[in-house]
Amino acid sequence: MKTLDIWRTLTRSRLFWPIVTLIALAILNVAVAPNFFSIQVKDGHLFGSIIDILRNGAPTILVALGMTLVIATRGIDLSVGAVVAISGALACTIIADAPDGNNPATVLFAVAVSILFSLVLGSWNGLLVSVFGIQPIIATLILMTAGRGIAMLITEGQIITVSSAPYKVIGAGYWFGLPASIVIAAAMFVIAALLTRRTALGLLIESVGINPEASRLAGIRSRGIVWTVYIFSAVCAAIAGLMISSNVTAADANSAGLYIEMDAILAVVIGGTSLAGGRYSLTGSLIGAFVIQTLTTTVYTIGIAAEITLVFKALVVIAVCLLQSPVVQARMHRRKAAPPLPPVPSGTISTPVPATTAGAAS
Amino acid sequence: MATPIVEMTDISITFPGVKALDSVSFRMFPGEVHSLMGENGAGKSTLIKALTGVYGIDSGVITLAGETLSINSPAQAQAAGISTVYQEVNLLPNLSVAENIMLGREPRRFGTIDWKATRARAAELLTRLHLDIDPASQLSSHSLAVQQLVAIARATDIDAKVLILDEPTSSLDADEVAELFRVIRDLKEAGVAILFVSHFLDQVYEISDRLTVLRNGALVGEYLTADILRIELVHKMIGKELAVLDDLEARSRGTSAESSTEKQFLEATGLGRKGSVEPFDLRIAEGEVVGLAGLLGSGRTEVVRLLTGADHADTGEVRVGGARKRLRTPRAALRERIAYSSEDRKKEGIVEDLSVRDNIVLALQADRGWFRRIPKRRQDELVQSYIQALNIRPANPDALVGNLSGGNQQKVLLARWLAVAPRLLVLDEPTRGIDVGAKAEIQKLVSNLADEGMSVIFISAELEEVLRLSHRIAVMRDRRMVADLPNEDITVGQIMSLIASGADA
Repeated sequence: MKTLDIWRTLTRSRLFWPIVTLIALAILNVAVAPNFFSIQVKDGHLFGSIIDILRNGAPTILVALGMTLVIATRGIDLSVGAVVAISGALACTIIADAPDGNNPATVLFAVAVSILFSLVLGSWNGLLVSVFGIQPIIATLILMTAGRGIAMLITEGQIITVSSAPYKVIGAGYWFGLPASIVIAAAMFVIAALLTRRTALGLLIESVGINPEASRLAGIRSRGIVWTVYIFSAVCAAIAGLMISSNVTAADANSAGLYIEMDAILAVVIGGTSLAGGRYSLTGSLIGAFVIQTLTTTVYTIGIAAEITLVFKALVVIAVCLLQSPVVQARMHRRKAAPPLPPVPSGTISTPVPATTAGAAS
Repeated sequence: MATPIVEMTDISITFPGVKALDSVSFRMFPGEVHSLMGENGAGKSTLIKALTGVYGIDSGVITLAGETLSINSPAQAQAAGISTVYQEVNLLPNLSVAENIMLGREPRRFGTIDWKATRARAAELLTRLHLDIDPASQLSSHSLAVQQLVAIARATDIDAKVLILDEPTSSLDADEVAELFRVIRDLKEAGVAILFVSHFLDQVYEISDRLTVLRNGALVGEYLTADILRIELVHKMIGKELAVLDDLEARSRGTSAESSTEKQFLEATGLGRKGSVEPFDLRIAEGEVVGLAGLLGSGRTEVVRLLTGADHADTGEVRVGGARKRLRTPRAALRERIAYSSEDRKKEGIVEDLSVRDNIVLALQADRGWFRRIPKRRQDELVQSYIQALNIRPANPDALVGNLSGGNQQKVLLARWLAVAPRLLVLDEPTRGIDVGAKAEIQKLVSNLADEGMSVIFISAELEEVLRLSHRIAVMRDRRMVADLPNEDITVGQIMSLIASGADA
């Protein structure tokens, strides 16, 4: 009975299925490549499949972090891919134009300019959504399309290649034996978690996402909160853009960060945050991003033919989303009908039932 | 006596942490109005939702016309002839009246919707309810009361053997209630079994033939309305005596004279908003309870929305403690310690998916700003003290507010506003849809708070309640304030005539 209760609590947790998927994918990888989990140390640096997944997943993790908070306020940010392209283009152009691209001060300046510019881009999105009341999907669609144009203007239509050792560290270097991109993504995750859960920001974001009018009457400055999450999302995307361009030592305005918004939204959804806004889980989005990155890696390790790669990815994503759907959850817990749910777009969202032990009491 | 059309036997339903129904039995006869009575959280709504397939039952049997029924969805219940009008109007405000009435049952021609027939059928149903509105008009353009009648029109179109009306009258005025009762009697004549839920005892006694009383999820008993006295019924519903109310009345009236000399807290001069409410003057002293009386749509809610920054005024000025203030947002009003509890609990009150704890600390936290989070221990103390003081059930700070009964949600909201230590608390219909016991608790609370120096504006459709609690009463009619008088020897009749004609009391 007791173990049953624990089991029930466990399976009701919104992180349960994403974690199970992650483990399943890992097992699949080990079956094909037994050295999947092995990590070697070369020159004091860590190498291995897991490390690769973490490193390659870092940009998605970052973008998903920002996306999570935006989605929690009932919004969505489609412009992150464009912001990725702009920030990479800006940083690479500055470094390429500088007399000495290897000067750390130059690189620092380039990074600072990119991030500062992303504040402007995020403010633009936030302005349209929170002040002018434009629907987020439309408001960010503007920058999604215009953004790549801006990136093209910056690079003057060229692919800008840079050979700057300090800049390459961001996407391909090592800090403390770990790839720098992992350290940066981890730091951003910790900052976001502390900023929202150690302060009351998380509560206020959720409140605005669940019931904007009630939140206004309770004295919450929802305009400021909504504005802030779009700025945070743009900053996350900009850092991801730096990572991507640094990793390939080039800024490609056309293809950098292409479809990254889709991966990020998918990561958020797999992580159990409802697109209808409200309760969110940063850890969930982190796991969601891992699932997506592991999936990409798995496709290569088990040697799936290139033409069915996307189909394979889609099948896994569909499976996770179905397992989390309210209907399947209700079936599994043999409740004939769940308490009424709010209308849920896209049907891929977990039940809002929290994994507390309160239910186990009776 | 006929055989019951609906029989529910030993129904039990458990929610996480709450036993909502414990082996409850209930039956309904054709051609009878059966009232379901009980406090908030007694299990009325849960029983109804079990019958209509919204909730699954954990154990027990439901039979309809002698046949065992296994209902898994509201659609199945409807198909079986059980139709429902819920407490909160569940319609689609952005569609037309006709579309709302006929949704899912539109007459079809060659596979497509026959709009002409749809509108004609809707018009016919509206005529039956004597409701003179254009079926093509958008639903949201009508008052809540009209929307309620549209919901009933929708329910009566379905060939219903059983009609469930959950708090249908809570937002209707007297004429509309009479209208509704006429419709109910017609349906009763036609042999429909009607389940009626209302907190207005007068209405229950007027319309129902039979009563079933629930308390704390358990059955207390079934009675014929003619056989049970009101005082007995109240006693059965709350399981304790209600001497507090009389006590309250004596006290409130006793203090009314002295408070008029007190310091003014808020003075509004010529405050108004185009299309919403005509300019009015209103003064509230410290520790004074001002009642706002008036019909639905008379402008009473609009008045307090201007005073609390929920809407902003386009004329006039407000002084708080003598100094001129611009209350352009609820936040600005809260800064002046003016808290506003809206009449629309669901849309403008609770934040459903958050816990009781988060809902209670919300306004206080918003005031402190996002960076200065209230420490966990302080939150626990605060929340625990309000759960106890207001008797919030279940007493679990981590329960989701959306899972609480209406009355308990209202108490959570009260706790939210009290937590900011307001100097003026505006309560718009705080007792609507709430049972006698919780009502008495809230009234007592208001009276105590005023004794401690808090000013209160109290809005209620129940004039007795307004008279009982207020030191002064302002009367609204047609979006104008027509009277502002001290509560000395005023009767309900006098207020009524003011509301009706504006003639001197």
